[in-house]
Amino acid sequence: MKILVDITLKIGVLDPQGKAIQHALGALGFAGVDGVRQGKVIELDLTETDRAAAETTARAMCEKLLANTVIENYEIRSA
Amino acid sequence: MKSAVIVFPGSNCDRDLAVAFERSSGQKSEMVWHKDASLPEGLDVVAIPGGFSFGDYLRCGAIAARAPIMQSVVEFAKKGGHVIGICNGFQVLIECGLLPGALMRNSGLKFVCKDLELVIQTENSPFTNALTKGVKISVPVAHHDGNYIADAELLAELNGEDRVAFRYADNPNGSVDDIAGILSANRRVLGMMPHPERLNDPALGGTDGAKLFESLMASMATA
Repeated sequence: MKILVDITLKIGVLDPQGKAIQHALGALGFAGVDGVRQGKVIELDLTETDRAAAETTARAMCEKLLANTVIENYEIRSA
Repeated sequence: MKSAVIVFPGSNCDRDLAVAFERSSGQKSEMVWHKDASLPEGLDVVAIPGGFSFGDYLRCGAIAARAPIMQSVVEFAKKGGHVIGICNGFQVLIECGLLPGALMRNSGLKFVCKDLELVIQTENSPFTNALTKGVKISVPVAHHDGNYIADAELLAELNGEDRVAFRYADNPNGSVDDIAGILSANRRVLGMMPHPERLNDPALGGTDGAKLFESLMASMATA
């Protein structure tokens, strides 16, 4: 089954790339953009068919490799 | 002084590091491939070089930190071994948990490549004992993700325990508190973004970088 992992920077961690995107949007004429935060999505295709088990595995993957929990949050969802 | 340099796909200045160790100690450095399961016997120091290991995929240093050899490096450090991580090596040491904090994209978003002045912050480390606190040395930097992040608590701990090894005289990347390099709690693991091994011969423009390797050699000799 497919599992999606959303990885985002924790609140309070400065995101220079988000800031650059915000500036570029402003330059394109999009008014009223108060903030931009950039993250990433990781799509996992797992042989596991049990949703709970697949999410548990994905959680372990996040803790061990996929996210740097010093600066990033992760959220697991089923596709 | 017996040294080893870990080599990953995408490492750079690994040969320069080996030359720096050989010049300071008179002993050839061992090059260790990342897929090796264990380190050579009897090592005094392990170095993680700069570069772009595994193409900086996922996060800088993240994949390299989980390479087979790194488990041995972590054990070596935990047993009191000396480890130095330079540039990408600093990122790897943070990713494998030997040093705290995080290194993020430079605040200016640009890759920074130039010689910079570093201010020595402590003489109390095997890497800086031949240097003088407050003195500036010139060392090249070349990185895109050298913006050191630490929360207030960690910053207080690093400052309180005298674990900031170097600060930038002119901060190139937005690092908190101008931090360019930090030490582990036992002071035997050093991570730094600048490249001392690149300024190790008058023909390359200077020898300020050699002082770190001479410090290390001197501390080994007296140990």
